[in-house]
Parts: sequence; C-alpha cells; structure tokens
Amino acid sequence: MKEPKPFAITLDVGSSLANKTGSWRTERPVYRDLLPPCNHACPAGENIQGWLYEAEEGGEGYERAWRNLVEDNPFPAIMGRVCYHPCETACNRGQLDSAVGITSVERFLGDEAIAKGWQVSVDVPPSGKRVLVVGAGPSGLSAAYHLARLGHHVVVRDAEDEAGGMMRYGIPRYRLPWEILDAEIARIVSLGVTLELGTKVTDARAALETESFDAVFLAVGAHIGKRAYVPAGEAARILDAVTVLHDMEGAEQPLLGRRVAVYGGGNTAMDVARTATRLGAEEAVVVYRRTRERMPAHAFEVEEAEQEGVRMKWLSTVAHADAGVLTLERMALDENGFPQPTGELETLEADALVLALGQESDLALLEGVPGIEVEDTVVRVGPDLMTGHPGIFAGGDMVPAERTVTVAVGHGKKAARHIDAWLRGGACQTGAKHAQAGFAALNTWYYSDAPRSLQPILELARRRSTFEEVVGGLDEGTALFEARRCLSCGNCFSCDNCFGVCPDNAVLKLDEAGRETAGRGYAIDYDFCKGCGICAAECPSGAIEMRPETI
Amino acid sequence: MASRPPVKFFQVGSFAAGNRLLSEDDRTVQSGRDRSNALTKGHRACQGCGEALGARYVLDAAMRATQGRLVAANATGCLEVFSTPYPESSWRLPWLHSLFGNAPAVAAGMAAALRAKGRTDVRVIGQGGDGGTLDIGFACLSGMFERGDDVLYVCYDNEAYMNTGVQRSGATPPAARTATTKPVGEEPGAAFGQGKNAPLIAMAHEIPYVATATVAELHDLEAKVERAMSFRGARYLHVLVPCPLGWGARAADTIRLARLAKETGLFPMFEAEGGEVVAVSKIRRPVPVEEYLRLQRRFAHLFGDPPRTDVIERLQAVADRNIRRFGLVEEVAA
Repeated sequence: MKEPKPFAITLDVGSSLANKTGSWRTERPVYRDLLPPCNHACPAGENIQGWLYEAEEGGEGYERAWRNLVEDNPFPAIMGRVCYHPCETACNRGQLDSAVGITSVERFLGDEAIAKGWQVSVDVPPSGKRVLVVGAGPSGLSAAYHLARLGHHVVVRDAEDEAGGMMRYGIPRYRLPWEILDAEIARIVSLGVTLELGTKVTDARAALETESFDAVFLAVGAHIGKRAYVPAGEAARILDAVTVLHDMEGAEQPLLGRRVAVYGGGNTAMDVARTATRLGAEEAVVVYRRTRERMPAHAFEVEEAEQEGVRMKWLSTVAHADAGVLTLERMALDENGFPQPTGELETLEADALVLALGQESDLALLEGVPGIEVEDTVVRVGPDLMTGHPGIFAGGDMVPAERTVTVAVGHGKKAARHIDAWLRGGACQTGAKHAQAGFAALNTWYYSDAPRSLQPILELARRRSTFEEVVGGLDEGTALFEARRCLSCGNCFSCDNCFGVCPDNAVLKLDEAGRETAGRGYAIDYDFCKGCGICAAECPSGAIEMRPETI
Repeated sequence: MASRPPVKFFQVGSFAAGNRLLSEDDRTVQSGRDRSNALTKGHRACQGCGEALGARYVLDAAMRATQGRLVAANATGCLEVFSTPYPESSWRLPWLHSLFGNAPAVAAGMAAALRAKGRTDVRVIGQGGDGGTLDIGFACLSGMFERGDDVLYVCYDNEAYMNTGVQRSGATPPAARTATTKPVGEEPGAAFGQGKNAPLIAMAHEIPYVATATVAELHDLEAKVERAMSFRGARYLHVLVPCPLGWGARAADTIRLARLAKETGLFPMFEAEGGEVVAVSKIRRPVPVEEYLRLQRRFAHLFGDPPRTDVIERLQAVADRNIRRFGLVEEVAA
C-alpha cells in the first residue's frame, strides 16, 4: 500500500536520472597518458613525471619516488649532480616561467636514499647465467645493476683500482664527491655483483670461450686523450686533459703552474680550467679555435667557468708552445663557419698547456674478434647494442653516441634488457611509445605562478644543485617546492578538475579500490555524458582527449 | 575579502577544483565525492551549458554552508525548463517554480513563512536567468532588497533570453547579435549605452552583500556563496554563465569564455558589503577583448571584411573603463 501523499500533492516525482543524455553524444572524452617531454628527453629513460608525482607528496613519497627512479637509473645522487639535464631543457614549464629543477630534486632523493640507507633487492630467481661486464664506469655499472636485478650473475672487471670509470677519473670532485660515488656503487655490489678491480681484460673473446661467460658487455669508455701536433720547444710543458683529471684522483695532484692554458672547447676543457683554478692557478685560459656559439661545451659550464674567473680566448689556435709562453694564431670563420688561419700572431704567457681535444677508446681487447666492426675509433653496434660478434654487446663512450654519464647509464639499462632477452632466447619487447605531451596540450591557467618572493630561493637552489659541494644540496622544503612545480604533462595527477567542471555530473570519482593506476581516479559516466568536451578543455595536464563516436 | 588567500601550492592549488595533496578544507565543494549534486544528471540543458554548471556550483556550496537546510524558488527560464520537464526533476532540494517575474517575491514569501514557523535554520535561495531577474522580475527583486528579506538571490547571467530563442535582454552586451538585435547597419547588434548593471543597482539598495562571479573560478565562486550565507537579509550574487547556443561558441569553450570575460575586464569580479566595494579579483593574465569576442559567433560581424575595428575599440573602451573603475590590474610598485 502506497503512503498517502501530503496535502495538495497529487503526482509522484520522477527523477531526471531516467533521462540518459549520453545518447546525445557525438564525441566521447577518454583518459589518456601522454609522454611528457622530460621523459622523452631523458637518455637514461627515467619516468621523471612519474617520480616527481610521488615526490610531490613529501614524507613517505620520497622513498616511493626514489624506488621509481632506481627502476631505471641506479645513480640518482650522481645523476642529480652531473647530468646535463636534457629533461630540464625540454620541460614545458620553461615556456610558462622556468623549467622544473629536476636534477635538484633527483639529487635530493639520491642523498636521502644514502642518508636513510634505502636498498634495492633482486626479486627474481637466479637465471643461472653469467655475464662479464668490462669496465666499471657508468655504463658498465648500470648494466651490472640491471642484469643482477634480472637474476643473472654478474662479474665486473676494470683496469683501475677503484670503480667508477669517468665518474671517478674524469669528473672533478667539486662536481661529484667520492663518498657519493662510493655509496651508490656499494648499493650495486650489495646485489651480489662481483667487482674485480685492477684487472685489465685484454681479450673479449676469451671471456666467452675459455671462461664460459654466457654474454659479455663491453663498456671500456674513452680514456685516451687525443693528441694534436703542436710545434713545441723542448722545455714546453704539454699535458692532456684526461691525464690531468685522472691524476687529480691520485695521491699526488698534478703540477700545472701559475698560468694554465687549456686547448679545446668541450666540457672537459671547462673541467680542466676550473680544476686548474682550484689547484691554485692564478690564471686559467681556455683557447678555442671557433666562437662561443660553436663551442661543444654546455652554456652553463662556460658560464660557471667564467664566474670562477676562467678566461676565454675565442678564434685562436696554438701555433707554438715554449717554456712559459705560447704563440697563438688568430682565426677567422669562413662562409661555411670553419675557422681559417689569418696569420696574425700573439703571445700568451702559460706555464702549462693542457690539451682537451677529445678522447678515444682503447679497443685492444677486440683485436682479432670476428665480426667486430670499428669505425672512427668507436665500435659499431645494432639497435640492441650487440656488436657483430654474437654474445658481445657494447655501450657507453666506446659506441657512437653522445658521451655523457647519462647516455652511458641509459646504454647500460638498454644493454641489460637486450642481454637478458638474448640469454633467454627471445627478443626484448618494449611497448609502443605514447604520443608526446606538447605545451599546447596543457591548460596552463590552472598552474599557480611561483610567487615572486620565493623566486630568489629558487634561483639559489638551482645554482647549488648544478654548482657544487662548496655549498650543500637542496633542503627538504625547496626540493618539495620544485617537485610540486611539475605540470604533470599528459598525465592525470588527481586535481579533481574534470569531476568539478562537468555540467552533467558525468565524471565519476572512483574510490581507492577502483583506481587502475596512480593518479587515474576518475571514470566517465557515458550514460549521461553529452560530449561537450569541457573536461578535456579544462584538464590542466591534457590527460583527456575527445574521440569521435562511431555510430 | 571572502575569497580565501591563495594556497601556497605551486601546482594547481588555487585554481583547479581540488588536488590530492591539498587538505580537505582547501579543496572545493565540487571536488568532493559527497557534494550534494543539487542539480543532478539527466537534465536537458545543452552540451556545455554554463547555467547548469553555475547552478550546481552555487547550490552545492550553499547546501554545505547550510548543512543541507536549503529551499529554492526558481524563475521561469532555461534553468527551470531544462531541469523539470514533467514528470522528471533534476532537483535534489525543495524547489518551487511559480512565474517568470515573481521568483524574488516567492522567495521572500518562503522566507517569511519559515520565520513565522520559527524555522530560522532553513535558508532560502531565489534564482533565475538574466531575463527573469533584470527585466521581468526586476520590481520584485528591488522590493525584496528594499524590504531586506532573508534571501540570497542568484542571477545566472547568460546575456539574453536563451530559452525562447536568444532575444535581447537587459544584460545583453553592446554589439552582440541576438534574434532581436540584428548585425546590420551602422550600429550592428545590441546598442551601446543600454541595458542594466544589476550588481551596481543591487549595491544601490545598500543590502548586506553583493558579489559577481563566473563559472571559471570555482574557489572564488564557492567562497562568495559561503560568505553570502554568513549574512542575514537580502543578498545578491550575479554569476556569468556562458551559453554555447546563444553565444555561438563551442561547447568546450564555456569555462574558457567565462575566464576571458573576466581577464579582458569586460566582466569585473568584485564583492560589496553594505553598498561599498570591499574586494575585487585582479586580472591575472590580461588579454585584449578581441580574444574573447572572436570565439563567439554573436560577435562574428565585427570580424568580417572589412572588420569593424571601431566597434571593437568601443568594446575595448568598456573593458578599460571597468579596469580603471574597479582597479582590476595589480598596481606594480614603482
């Protein structure tokens, strides 16, 4: 029996929920994940947006962020110090105010991990396979780390007495202190990786054939300084940059003198000039035959060098070196941009000339190995980083690529995946890459401006993170601030905007259990969505697209 | 100022509906799964309707401010038509529709009845479009203000009579094309110098609270509703709600247009108490009016060949006057 209606009420009230307005729709909103520009640019293949998302939470989030990071890169503390951050160059926020200080957050996370003793583990059963890694530099150690985590037994051999390769013997201490390097290497060793130091591998094939390794990864780097013929008097003091930087790590520091000239225009030249300044040189001059614009060194390295008092002599070559003095010849760029001698000479007082003209790899261990192809002093490899000899892979500075720590670390990861696939008799499957999240995909209205009062702190924070250990790293508050400046390009970060702006209440907010992935807390109620597209237009990060309905 | 200070959170703290990292208090009512959805789904408003959005924003915020003890009187108009075709209703609060022109009077009567019954806990909202408010119901509205009835009256302004086929109202902006202001002749579209500025007229009644808002700034809108509900007596809230159909705009651009209306200076956002302006929302990213006008076909006749730059300049002058009059641009310290 129905309840009697109140006075003067004669009709039942029906709800408009009976009216399924979804039938009006010609386009449907769909959640999507785009590839953020930082992730796309990262040579180590880090999911930067992903770990910043975790770090934004602070507290417990830092460890989750770090764990996300070390899935791809075993060296956050090192990377946060020495990476040339292509991610920040690509960052969409750069078009809004200034790029997110990604490396500074990375460094903070890396240092937190060292301070708190966070460790990684091997979570798969042993494969029974043995892999030899030649070279304990960034590429070799990265490969060892990933191979160990994939269940393989890894032996790393290196000719030097300490592990680290160019991270120890090439990068000056003011950019990367030893204790950081040691701590991150120790974490790799704790995965069961065997380090055999002071052991130079002279024959790559022997490892496979007589030592019964199942695969070999070569990452010997490029440690031989290129020499250029410089006419010189007997008493002239000429050194090469690799040796100078290498000797910096030894017991006796190299003697460079009061006035030092560095010949070359790359990052190594800057490192040597800045090192010379730190060794007490009153004058450090970089001599380069082209102009500033054409220098291979990164702009910020040049700037920092200049801030430290390093002088630059553009358009100059060393015509003759004598004790205490160099004769320089002025150059002029021709119409093709190549430097041509002008015949004009000048002198530069210098107690030492350091050549920083690039490096080459010592490939003696590959001599006589069938199938290996060497071109321009680097080893040719396929897209899977395997050389022409089955089972021998190579990466880092000895293969054709940009020579940076980050690229090398990326090679290590990539090689590890392909070696793993090869050892298991398959091919490495990587998913198709998502479309990129460009600046145009964002609705930047929703991102708060960084308040002006905090800008100076920010600038300082950035400087500290790239400059070095003279000053400390980021404090927690600043790291959190930086992490939260991330725009989360192309990926949902749970801002509730779609849920709020739908005129038809057709966006559902899911509870924790209903979430597919972190951040994706919403679903479209297609019974009622009219397809107006406001959710897509007002999504700050461009994580919703409108797709035509098929009728 | 009722609008709360911006959260020092550099991602989207101050502008998006919510964020997982914000405390519950700093999120909007709309970001909560438990919002009342006073206007629920299944309503028959057009795709991208600004008014449906605005009504839910306002009522959900008022429902929270009154712990759900809220009743509403509604004028005739789109809002009434699209929400209650017999036998359906989208309303999830006690809601009454009477006539086009008497919503303020009905709301005043509801408030009087509640007072007579001693139910001071139940609050009253009157609401309507710009036609029902500025034109047809204006005498009732002025009476309600003058008597000081305990009602928050909300005008959802979409700048014409949209329900009956886009005829000019007292809120139609100059130069806009409507069914009754054709884009022809020397002075195409609606005339300059006509129409009413309802918020300023409301202020002239010296009622406790008058505010303007748009559907583009949710935090601001909700703060104003909450502030309004903290007063007793007659209060007025004027919300700009773009209409894709009447303005000739893309459905997806509804919020963008509301944002541009404010950022150009054409729609000043402010709060007034007792007849005095007490706060204004500064323009954050200044834009010329052209950027706003170009997205709407009701202004398409200004961008023909040759374009009516003279008319566009007059509209820019309107915006510039608002900027001066209300101080919409942050003074840069010399």
